[in-house]
Amino acid sequence: MSGSESGNESGNGTGTGTFVGMPAFPRAAHDAVNDQTLRGNLRHATHTIRAKRAKAVAEVSDWAALRDAGKRIKDHTLRHLDRYLEQLEESVTAAGGTVHWAADADEANRIVAQLVKETGESEVVKVKSMATQEIGLNEALLAEGIHAYETDLAELIVQLGKDRPSHILVPAIHRNRSEIRDIFRSEMGSWGRPAPEGLTDTPAELAEAARLHLREKFLRAKVGVSGANFMVAETGTLVVVESEGNGRMCLTLPETLISVVGIEKIVPTWRDLEVFLQTLPRSSTAERMNPYTSMWTGTTDEDGPRAFHLVLLDNGRTDTLADEVGRQALRCIRCSACLNVCPVYERAGGHAYGSVYPGPIGAILSPQLRGTQSEIDASLPYASSLCGACYEVCPVAIDIPEVLVHLRERVVEGGEVIRQGNKVVLRPAKGHAAERAAMRAARWAFTHPAALRTGQRLASRTRRLQPRTLPGPGRAWSGTRDLPALPKEPFRDWWQRTRTRGGSKEGSK
Amino acid sequence: MRVALFLTCVNDTLYPNTGRAVVRLLSRLGVDVDFPVDQTCCGQAHYNTGYRHEAEPLARRFADVFGEYEAIVTPSGSCGAMVRELYPRMGERARAEGRGESLATALAPVVPRTYELTEFLVDVLGVTDVGAYYPHTVTYHPTCHGLRSLGLGERPRRLLQAVKGLELVELPGAEECCGFGGTFALKNPDVSAAMGADKVRNAESTGAEVLCAADNSCLMHLGGTMTRLGTDMRPVHIAEILASAEEEPAV
Ligand code: SF4
Repeated sequence: MSGSESGNESGNGTGTGTFVGMPAFPRAAHDAVNDQTLRGNLRHATHTIRAKRAKAVAEVSDWAALRDAGKRIKDHTLRHLDRYLEQLEESVTAAGGTVHWAADADEANRIVAQLVKETGESEVVKVKSMATQEIGLNEALLAEGIHAYETDLAELIVQLGKDRPSHILVPAIHRNRSEIRDIFRSEMGSWGRPAPEGLTDTPAELAEAARLHLREKFLRAKVGVSGANFMVAETGTLVVVESEGNGRMCLTLPETLISVVGIEKIVPTWRDLEVFLQTLPRSSTAERMNPYTSMWTGTTDEDGPRAFHLVLLDNGRTDTLADEVGRQALRCIRCSACLNVCPVYERAGGHAYGSVYPGPIGAILSPQLRGTQSEIDASLPYASSLCGACYEVCPVAIDIPEVLVHLRERVVEGGEVIRQGNKVVLRPAKGHAAERAAMRAARWAFTHPAALRTGQRLASRTRRLQPRTLPGPGRAWSGTRDLPALPKEPFRDWWQRTRTRGGSKEGSK
Repeated sequence: MRVALFLTCVNDTLYPNTGRAVVRLLSRLGVDVDFPVDQTCCGQAHYNTGYRHEAEPLARRFADVFGEYEAIVTPSGSCGAMVRELYPRMGERARAEGRGESLATALAPVVPRTYELTEFLVDVLGVTDVGAYYPHTVTYHPTCHGLRSLGLGERPRRLLQAVKGLELVELPGAEECCGFGGTFALKNPDVSAAMGADKVRNAESTGAEVLCAADNSCLMHLGGTMTRLGTDMRPVHIAEILASAEEEPAV
């Protein structure tokens, strides 16, 4: 895949997130837009799931109420996050688990590596966890000589293909069946059990190849690493929802289980799950209920892992919480509905977003978790036409366009933000000087109608001299579209010429 | 009723015919239209690109220029959404930043009195048959802000269906964004153009002669894409269709 090659495979070690060194969104998207296979794969996949989701949601008569309830539960939890996290720590500890607090990626990686080393093992099996990808855990473990095996089918494809995830729910959405067969054939052998002879690209055969390859790992592994979709404060219960059963294997077979979870994944009570276990599957896979819902509370004698560790990950979340407009991004339950409806995601593909969180949610989450300083992070708030489709489908009503515009303001105007708990004043991002000047000039003209009118008249009079393509920054636009011809006379001149009374208000202010 | 036409800067400068059509249409329906000539721009491009502070004086200007009218009508879903959805937000932010009540106070009366054209026709005037005649096949693209921010719903289609001689054909993927998005078209030209091309191809597949929308910005983007792709289809603003009449039909 073009655009995915720019180096990260062997781990950047800094744990500041994957995809370091990505070009800004427009350049990364340029390659994707011109990759016909990729566009075909994405178009097919997103349109199929889009239609299915709409049907699954339409079946529920109280969807709007559920959406509102989800939003309110999450907002309430975020408002009292400190309290609920303490309650969670107490409940997990009481149930026989151990809680660790990680302020950033490096700290979380260090904790997990240490815990694995203490078991004496050098392999772990993983059930899909975005948090561990966010912090680059696999690379960090590898640096310590520990191999992490992804067991989610799509994650497996991404890992074997030395690729990057491009979707929240279907990280290999950018691959089609024959590409997957090729990856299995050439790569499985060097990671464990090879692909069967003569593997074809029928879904059943591909699934069976993955099953055999993974089963060997499940039965061998002594340590499992997971994420969680929810954590229940009152009981200390963690919840993973999935559809392949690999999660259940990872959560029950190993002797030690380490869960790495973002602090925003908490809900106060068991009852709150009622809402999300309805909205999440319908929004994400268009299923009425997800096939496997695994819940575990600490440790249980003679059943499941003997040791349970919960690593609570901050990594920019508390800073995000400090932002009044931006904090709503923390309500996200990672259903991926916003990716599937996003027309920009559909054309640009997930890699262009340069983060494990692609699509509309990635465009607002990454620049908040990582800051807007890097080129890619400064370009993400602009990776949207603000069409609003993402807001419409979001099951927790995150107003993504609102946050995008808010972050754009941060990019071009700078201002005060919280970073690692401290107030810092951001300078405007580089490269916006010409735009800022143009915006000021336009504002000036729009607050001085007489000048505006002169400009319009001049443009009309010289209209035969004007090209239908634009110079400078406008060339990008007129490279693929023609400008309309300028009319002979702007409307206001026609109005004043034909309506004498229309002119009576002139100069009234 | 004293009704003001808020034409928007794009229409004033590039699409004066749309403004003339609105005047013709509303006058035919017995509405007395005024065009306050001190109006300029709603500030959406500034606001949406991150220059909220540059947009604020434009919002204030809007409030000053239109403050005395009972209704403000605009033939742009996008600028209508700016006023109705985002002006209140701007007022709140200015207040939260301790810059006084004045912007919020100035905006309070104009915001609820601002209507997108089709909304004004259906909700305020209570008409769906505006007595128009337009003998062409038309497909309708509901632009994002009209669709999602203003919730125009079926209003534009109902108006079009009542036009004599007009055959309305459904646009596949109608609710997908055309890819204009203001400065998005400049900042992400490749993605924007790909979205525009898909929209035009969908429109072409209907066999319609005319692609109609209630927003000239989107139509500018799509029209430019059409000439590049070499299609015979024409972009036409809904106001021009609704203003068209048997004695003097629009082409
Ligand atoms: S932002 Fe909303 S729609 Fe997007 S993944 Fe999160 S919960 Fe789902």
